[in-house]
Amino acid sequence: MFDEMSALALARFQFAFTVSFHFIFPAFSIGLASYLAVLEGLWLKTGRDVYLQLFRYWLKIFAIAFGMGVVSGIVMAYQFGSNWSAFSDKAGPVIGPLMAYEVLSAFFLESGFLGVMLFGLDRVGKKLHFLATCLVAIGTTISAFWIIAVNSWMQTPQGFGIAPNGQFYATDWFAVVFNPSMPYRLVHTLLGAYLTTALVVGAVGAFHLLKDRKMGRAPQQATKIMFAMAMGMVAVTAPLQVLAGHEHGVNTLEHQPAKIAAMEGHYESHDRAAPLILFGVPDDERQVMDYKIEVPALGSLVLQHDIEAPTTGLDKVAPENRARVAFPFYAFRVMVGLGVLMLLLGGWAAYSAWRGRLFENRWLHRLALMLGPAGFIAVLAGWITTETGRQPFTVFGVLRTADSASPLAAPAVAASLIAFIVVYFFVFGVGTWFILKLMKSEPSPAEPGPPPEQAADVGSLPPGAPFGFQLAE
Amino acid sequence: MPADPVLTLVWAGIIGLAIFIYVVTDGFDLGIGILFPVMAPGAERETAIATIKPVWDANQTWLVLGGGGVFAAFPLAYAILMPAVYAPLIAMLLGLIFRGVAFKYRARTTRIWLWDFAFFAGSTLAAFSQGVILGAVLQGVKVAGRAYAGGWWDWLSPFSLLTGASVVAAYALLGACWLIWRTEGAVQDHAYRMAWRGGAASIMAIGAVSLATPFLNHDYFSHWFEAPGYYYSAPVPVLVTITGLLFIRALRRRAEVAPFLLAQALFLLTFIGLGISIFPWAVPGEVTIWQAASAANAQAFMLVGVGALLPVILGYTSYAYWLFRGKVGAEGYA
Repeated sequence: MFDEMSALALARFQFAFTVSFHFIFPAFSIGLASYLAVLEGLWLKTGRDVYLQLFRYWLKIFAIAFGMGVVSGIVMAYQFGSNWSAFSDKAGPVIGPLMAYEVLSAFFLESGFLGVMLFGLDRVGKKLHFLATCLVAIGTTISAFWIIAVNSWMQTPQGFGIAPNGQFYATDWFAVVFNPSMPYRLVHTLLGAYLTTALVVGAVGAFHLLKDRKMGRAPQQATKIMFAMAMGMVAVTAPLQVLAGHEHGVNTLEHQPAKIAAMEGHYESHDRAAPLILFGVPDDERQVMDYKIEVPALGSLVLQHDIEAPTTGLDKVAPENRARVAFPFYAFRVMVGLGVLMLLLGGWAAYSAWRGRLFENRWLHRLALMLGPAGFIAVLAGWITTETGRQPFTVFGVLRTADSASPLAAPAVAASLIAFIVVYFFVFGVGTWFILKLMKSEPSPAEPGPPPEQAADVGSLPPGAPFGFQLAE
Repeated sequence: MPADPVLTLVWAGIIGLAIFIYVVTDGFDLGIGILFPVMAPGAERETAIATIKPVWDANQTWLVLGGGGVFAAFPLAYAILMPAVYAPLIAMLLGLIFRGVAFKYRARTTRIWLWDFAFFAGSTLAAFSQGVILGAVLQGVKVAGRAYAGGWWDWLSPFSLLTGASVVAAYALLGACWLIWRTEGAVQDHAYRMAWRGGAASIMAIGAVSLATPFLNHDYFSHWFEAPGYYYSAPVPVLVTITGLLFIRALRRRAEVAPFLLAQALFLLTFIGLGISIFPWAVPGEVTIWQAASAANAQAFMLVGVGALLPVILGYTSYAYWLFRGKVGAEGYA
């Protein structure tokens, strides 16, 4: 079994496992950091206490989620070297500087101001504290910019040459950073993060609306506000995301037609009027789609806006350059299916709000609650689609995955993989449980900040600090 | 695109600086984790952890800069060394996971002992692994072509275990000295006692590693004991001795800030000592920093970022330290 399961396969599985776990946290904290900045801004502008309650409520959750994102992110930073050393050697001179910029322009900003954001309100005053919150939010977004630039370059590489020693080198840094798929992927990913956060916030609001109704009590003002804000965000971002996703797909068709063929399940090319395969069971051995349900001609229409447009199938891709169809094919359908549900939720919420029944419509609340984790699943499915669709390359068309791995023995990779699986499920399971426990209590006028131990009274400033209150109780 | 010799030297300096800032800052907060079991549960532990809560995350970011910097500026060294130290590297990452989440979890849990243990074990494992990695790199790794060619237990040797233990002792010393500076009363008294023991252990460790290192390979030996190497290296042991004596005097006089600064000075000197041994190797005996250097335009592109952003980073990091300055009291935790 171990001989069959090569070190390469184990390293790939390890990367998929650790990056999937890691990506859950930034997907949430990018959106949540911005939400916190909005809440604090609203509090400063209106002076209404309810925004501060919400800020404190979500800050505690943010602290835990951000912490899990940081520790799982360090693993990613070193895994390039430990498991993908051949890739690191070759691609280092191109993507290394981009990642160094991520550290310099984002990680330090986030970690430097996180302490102020969590523990500093009583020391720096409201305005500087708001600035710190904004800087953390901006930091998460800058971080996304750089890492998406790296990933996109691996998908659609340009602006580089190959040196005699086998290393890539940049010939045009602007072309490297703003490679063809980068703007599309960045917008799609950021919208995904906002949507994910809105769905979580909405689900927590819906949970308390449903619970309050069952207990026969009026919901807290804060609960209503967060539910309304979240539904508003879903109503706006879900349609935008469909649009952005479509544009991203068109861009992929132009630069990575083999990936689109795998996503669409098109083993065979069509001269015109390619069908849209809704569902099927791909068989890579025979290169056919079994049990397929398809809509004639719609494939050409959706991606090329022209029924006469020809489509490239995997039959025009050299066999050794074909991705395995199952992953991108199924994952893409999961993502799109959830996207449709989100679109439905946003539309329905907007309609309910227009009818003045946003806080009374129980079925809407149930759907919102059900879709709480949908953003995470959709974001992961999207990543699985784009990453497995790039195979068998790490740098699309230029560097093969098989030529990227470290010279490690399978037992070494297997041992570390098992260690990561055990530790991640335990550590991040506990963290998720803490977050769910926090979500279970409704935000209240007496909402405490991070717990006393977290928001310790550090240092000995004169008593009666300028603004007379702390985030901590 | 060939490498540029001067840029390469500059980048070796920047990475050296990042790693140095990492060890003296994350060193003291890891040190507090190492010392956790000898601190009393309750007020002492809460005070100790409160002193580092606002800053530990920023401290740890220097590790990411160090690793990311090697990846970008010396990709060949990164590609050879990371697989060579695979096991201790993974252990360090797992240790950092446990101690990182412990900060958040121990404030939320009813089983505080569990996350106190995770904080201690994670910190100690991370420190020990870092020391092992240092020792493994110093003793040299097998290389074939552009890749690591050894096994996955090659890192294990008496020397790497010694450097592992040394880093644990030295971080504990930094942690104790930090607590002397930032606390008062009973917590501070205990910190003085811990600093005595940590200091003794660290000085012994420095002595042992210093004696062993020159005999790992002839290059190291010649840097220390042959002309012209020893003209440059001879002041280092003298300065270490002087700093050690000053440190003892500072503890005797119950100085509050001096022990921390002197402990950092000791770190700086040992760091310079390691630099003297290893220069100009990126992978000792196999690849020099010039051979490992990235394309000149990659180093230049990053240098722009470092030049523009590093001063800003140092500025707001100092601001955060200044903001959370002063003694941390235990009375707030009743």
